[in-house]
Amino acid sequence: MIVAEQKPIAEIKDIVAPYSRLLVLGCGTCVKTCFAGGEDEVATMASALRLAFKKDGKSIKVEELTVERQCEDEFIQQAAPCVARNHAVLSLACGVGVQMVASRFTRIPVLPGVNTTFMGQLEKPGLFVERCLGCGDCILDDFAGICPMSRCSKKLLNGPCGGSQNGKCEVSPDIDCAWQTIIERFKAFGQMDRLTRYYPPRNWSRSYAGGPRKLVREDHMV
Amino acid sequence: MSGSRLQQILSRGEFAVTAEAGPPRGANLEAVRRKGALLKDYVDAVNVTDNQTAIVRMCSMAACAHLHQMGIDPVLQMVTRDRNRIALQSDLMGAYSLGIRNVLCLSGDHQTFGSQPDAMNVFDIDSMNLAHAVKTMRDEGKDMSGFSLDAAPQFFVGAAENPFGDPFEYRVMRLAKKVAAGADFIQTQCVFDVKRFKDWMRQAHEQGLTEKVHILAGITPLKSARMAKYMATKVPGMRVPEQVLKRIEGVPKEKAAEEGLKMCLETIQEVRAISGVHGIHIMAVEWEEKVPELVKAAGLYPRPKVA
Repeated sequence: MIVAEQKPIAEIKDIVAPYSRLLVLGCGTCVKTCFAGGEDEVATMASALRLAFKKDGKSIKVEELTVERQCEDEFIQQAAPCVARNHAVLSLACGVGVQMVASRFTRIPVLPGVNTTFMGQLEKPGLFVERCLGCGDCILDDFAGICPMSRCSKKLLNGPCGGSQNGKCEVSPDIDCAWQTIIERFKAFGQMDRLTRYYPPRNWSRSYAGGPRKLVREDHMV
Repeated sequence: MSGSRLQQILSRGEFAVTAEAGPPRGANLEAVRRKGALLKDYVDAVNVTDNQTAIVRMCSMAACAHLHQMGIDPVLQMVTRDRNRIALQSDLMGAYSLGIRNVLCLSGDHQTFGSQPDAMNVFDIDSMNLAHAVKTMRDEGKDMSGFSLDAAPQFFVGAAENPFGDPFEYRVMRLAKKVAAGADFIQTQCVFDVKRFKDWMRQAHEQGLTEKVHILAGITPLKSARMAKYMATKVPGMRVPEQVLKRIEGVPKEKAAEEGLKMCLETIQEVRAISGVHGIHIMAVEWEEKVPELVKAAGLYPRPKVA
């Protein structure tokens, strides 16, 4: 899923300050799962903003709505009546959702309420970890199912750097060395020989390096 | 032959001595020359670090060019952290045109360790890919796209290896990969844990790697107990055994540097006795003035002459 975290309330206050009628728009998919922008967070955010502005002696009308997904137009359309009543939308969706809402409603500012951080998984309650960089050319088969692109701090393809010690990355003792995990897994499969192979430089043209990406599926075009 | 003095010494089977010189945090040419003059007669080649620990310094290429003008054989350190393949290859050509003949291919310390942790890193390719690219330039005359170069650089290719990193069982495998990718010589991480280094060398020897690559053992004199502690706890991938720490902590503060040099000399003698060790690489961090004394005391002076 896409993992995001809410921006600090002080920053959000600055962003929404010019508007007296605000719609806080949640998304019921990824950001709900990572507690950044689902229904509950929308309610908390709306209350916090009302309270903060009241304390400053400023009146602001905050409306709340959460749609199933802000990255799908059919759900966004449901927000149309609410959007029409307000002067700005504070979207608690990921960057995709914010832009999708903005492209539907062109006459109203759509503001980001979260920082979209990464594509990842819930490792244990309260802990989300990055697992995919969206490099456009999956190589997980070559690395025992562990992604060196998103899990090695240096994106190394040919083994651990000299900074790997006791299974931890040199960058932080909180980061597991991806290569330690890759090696352990290959060992468990009995495929250590796969690690002797020289891995050539990557073709980054399918990643963001190639410019903003598009995926064309002619079979689905109407 | 690349015209590298280091290569000539190693290929003649003589025990090589190299040393590291960190460039200044600024454009101070005199600082480069001072270190060069200090080291010139006592080592076969001088490595110039490439923004080590991700702290911005004078670029390695410029410092290497200054050293070359002084008659020193420089080793250009190149990390893949800061430049993509386009910049790296271009710099290789430029460096060769300036008379630089050795290159050490590294991935580089992560930028979060440095003075500008907000920086973006590159890591377009890794150190293994870089070694392969330098070798391909030399042996096939081609850049990474396969284009035939107008006078391809003929570098003596170096790489680093850390016998003290984990997982240990993979460290020799990785050395084998680096050799296959193109490394002619290896400079290791600082050896404090001689036992582990011996173990690593034994495996390398058993796999026939010591005949294929020149291994130079990394040597660092400890200046103080504080430095030893720092090396043991703060430097990624470093292994400083308990007895080393105890020994330097056990002498009075004013005697620590002397003891550190003594320990360093003992390590030099120990690694020299290991089959397959073809030289030492002295990394006397901001203590370069001790290098001549160390080389002399180790019986490695004068250095052999080359044509």
